[in-house]
Amino acid sequence: MVDVPYDAVTDVPPAEVPEVDLYHPKSWWTQYVFSQDAKVIAIQYSLTATAIGLVALVLSWLMRLQLGFPGTFSFIDANQYLQFITMHGMIMVIYLLTALFLGGFGNYLIPLMVGARDMVFPYVNMLSYWIYLLAVIVLASTFFVPGGPTGAGWTLYPPQAILSGTPGQDWGIILMLASLILFIIGFTMGGLNYVVTVLQARTRGMTLMRMPLTVWGIFTATVMALLAFPALFVASVMMLFDRLLGTSFFMPALVEMGQQMKYGGGSPILFQHLFWFFGHPEVYIVALPAFGIVSDLISVHARKNIFGYRMMVWAIVGIGALSFVVWAHHMYVSGMHPKFGFFFATTTLIIAIPTAIKVYNWVLTLWRGDIHLTVPMLFALGFIITFVNGGLTGLFLGNVVVDVPLSDTMFVVAHFHMVMGVAPIMVVLGAIYHWYPKVTGRMLDDWMGKFHFWVTFLGAYLIFFPMHYIGLLGVPRRYHDVGEAAFIPSSTHTLNAFITVMALTVGFAQMVFLFNLVWSYFKGRPSGGNPWRATTLEWQTPETPPGHGNWGKELPVVYRWAYDYSVPGAAQDFIPQNQPRATPALQGAAP
Amino acid sequence: MAETALTNSAQSPVLTPGWRGIADDWSSDQRAFKNVSWGKAMMWIFLLSDTFIFSCFLLSYMTARMSTTVPWPNPSEVFALEIAGHHIPLILIAIMTFVLISSSGTMAMAVNFGYRRDRTKTAVLMLLTAALGATFVGMQAFEWTKLIMEGVRPWENPWGAAQFGSSFFMITGFHGTHVTIGVIFLIAIARKVWRGDFDHGRRGFFTSRKGNYEIVEITGLYWHFVDLVWVFIFAFFYLW
Repeated sequence: MVDVPYDAVTDVPPAEVPEVDLYHPKSWWTQYVFSQDAKVIAIQYSLTATAIGLVALVLSWLMRLQLGFPGTFSFIDANQYLQFITMHGMIMVIYLLTALFLGGFGNYLIPLMVGARDMVFPYVNMLSYWIYLLAVIVLASTFFVPGGPTGAGWTLYPPQAILSGTPGQDWGIILMLASLILFIIGFTMGGLNYVVTVLQARTRGMTLMRMPLTVWGIFTATVMALLAFPALFVASVMMLFDRLLGTSFFMPALVEMGQQMKYGGGSPILFQHLFWFFGHPEVYIVALPAFGIVSDLISVHARKNIFGYRMMVWAIVGIGALSFVVWAHHMYVSGMHPKFGFFFATTTLIIAIPTAIKVYNWVLTLWRGDIHLTVPMLFALGFIITFVNGGLTGLFLGNVVVDVPLSDTMFVVAHFHMVMGVAPIMVVLGAIYHWYPKVTGRMLDDWMGKFHFWVTFLGAYLIFFPMHYIGLLGVPRRYHDVGEAAFIPSSTHTLNAFITVMALTVGFAQMVFLFNLVWSYFKGRPSGGNPWRATTLEWQTPETPPGHGNWGKELPVVYRWAYDYSVPGAAQDFIPQNQPRATPALQGAAP
Repeated sequence: MAETALTNSAQSPVLTPGWRGIADDWSSDQRAFKNVSWGKAMMWIFLLSDTFIFSCFLLSYMTARMSTTVPWPNPSEVFALEIAGHHIPLILIAIMTFVLISSSGTMAMAVNFGYRRDRTKTAVLMLLTAALGATFVGMQAFEWTKLIMEGVRPWENPWGAAQFGSSFFMITGFHGTHVTIGVIFLIAIARKVWRGDFDHGRRGFFTSRKGNYEIVEITGLYWHFVDLVWVFIFAFFYLW
């Protein structure tokens, strides 16, 4: 338990920051469209990310149809297959997960959880969303330009990304890079807001070590993103110049179709370093908010304080720092010096320590807890299992000698889908079930939720477990049709068909989820202000959904950490953060 | 300094020096950086992020320069000028550097007068800073023109490695964009100072928030950063 310097009701520290005027919307447009309210911006971010995420979901079905039944679907050729994998990967990693966790959950939860009225600079925050929307539109437009979207793979490795053999060489790659640059500009605007809000705009009594782990996860991920995205920005600018101006930053001397190209002297490996200096932290930019949110979900729904809060915080920060010195483990087959490989394998495996601390603490939080198997809890439990499974295959791939034969096989695909695809998506879904009542005032339908969970959870395993096996056989990734190779037994094709059927089934479950979102908005059971009986500040707002300015007249004052569940002797099995310690009955609990 | 301008940073009661004080600040509620306003914190964090951008640009350039197999053009010769019959290496770059560093001086004075609420002197010094910045960009435009006339292109140049032109245009272009944005900001803020927005609490057009004189310092932070970046570009690109 954290020490409490502001123990008694009388000892409330004075406000250090005077109230800042909120921007009050004057019309329907400024209230709902060009809104400066973080909650509206959060919903805009979430809806946009979900919409473009659905495109990526459909692309994954098309890819699976091709892999499961090669040759059956004449409208998918090799070029289109490459375009599908590229767009699927890029959308899922950046435009869906990053935008949803930081732009969506970050915007909604940070001000509410730290007791602020809004982000510190709402106008900049609004710009952030509109630039993100522009980036999404530019990205989506590549489907309609001559040549279609780029098929370079989500890693966009040069030189192939801008050579004429790669689909989307005309416009696709240019618009993809432009869209990334826009995304980074927009994200920086939002990210600065999130960081400064957490550091400088907390309410009275809210120390850093009393913040819910959700805020810690989103905060650390945002700091990482502000330091990692510059590398992608620079790489995108340089590749754009290579493509448009004919510079040779990344392009070595090449012969294409018998013609000596005018490129020469550039370094493709330089791009890989820049890309993965962004790309590896990106994995944790997606994972850390998930870690934070899942800690809160488990604590609330097991009615127990989180085990080892301080260790959890330091593990988040430690993982964030370590993730900047592991990037070259994505490049073991690039011909790097073996000593570099040794260094990066070592740092990579060291990350297992803080990660294991987190997993143990989640399990110890569950231990002898009063576990409620609500839908958010089911997803949280699903996350722990999936993350452990995905993490274990990471130990294989982190070691140079094991990685080299497994490189670019379906094993890698299965690994990263488990650890940074399925696992964070589990948390996203659990978090939506958890916070939807706060956003709309209504509960999501429980039966549909449970159906959604079980199909998604079991389906994900039926998709990705066989994929590990296929990868171990040596089936390469990014091949639209593996054909009849001697090393691939014919049972692989049966497995591939099975995976495809499972993928479509899981996809159907997501449609049920979307229906649930819409249906419950109108017909769901009214939730009240604090349906999960949670302690954190966002559940203590005077109105549900929270009104403009979040808190009514007075900002809340925080007297305790976020995890006072099942405290012996307390009247209820939870004590809100804004309830004073000495006189528990003085301030009302949940409205 | 009785007339110190009001920023929205309240006075914190006791400042313990050293690590103890830092730990106290970070473990306190409300704010991790006492006496630092939101705007200033945001600018510092943005500059940290921007540092990573320039570092990536410079590291990429150095990678290209170190790994090229064709000779790298000699910057001292490329950037030399004939002035009154004398062949002076790097003279234009030296003048540009001098102008930009001087503008940091006028900026610092503007910040000082801003906190004294001296409207006229603050605005004039900010405009002078902007003028020096614009001069710098003008000289950069001259330098670009000269090089382009001599046949330097992003994809080739007459003297050696193609990456010379690519890196030159990219890095100086990106830095010049920063300077240009700084000049625009300086003029906009100088106009607000001149008009007395920060004395009368006039609300911003977009944000509808009242500003204060601290924005002068925040603009100054950005400006000094852009100067500092130039020092690194000067050292790594021109002097190497």
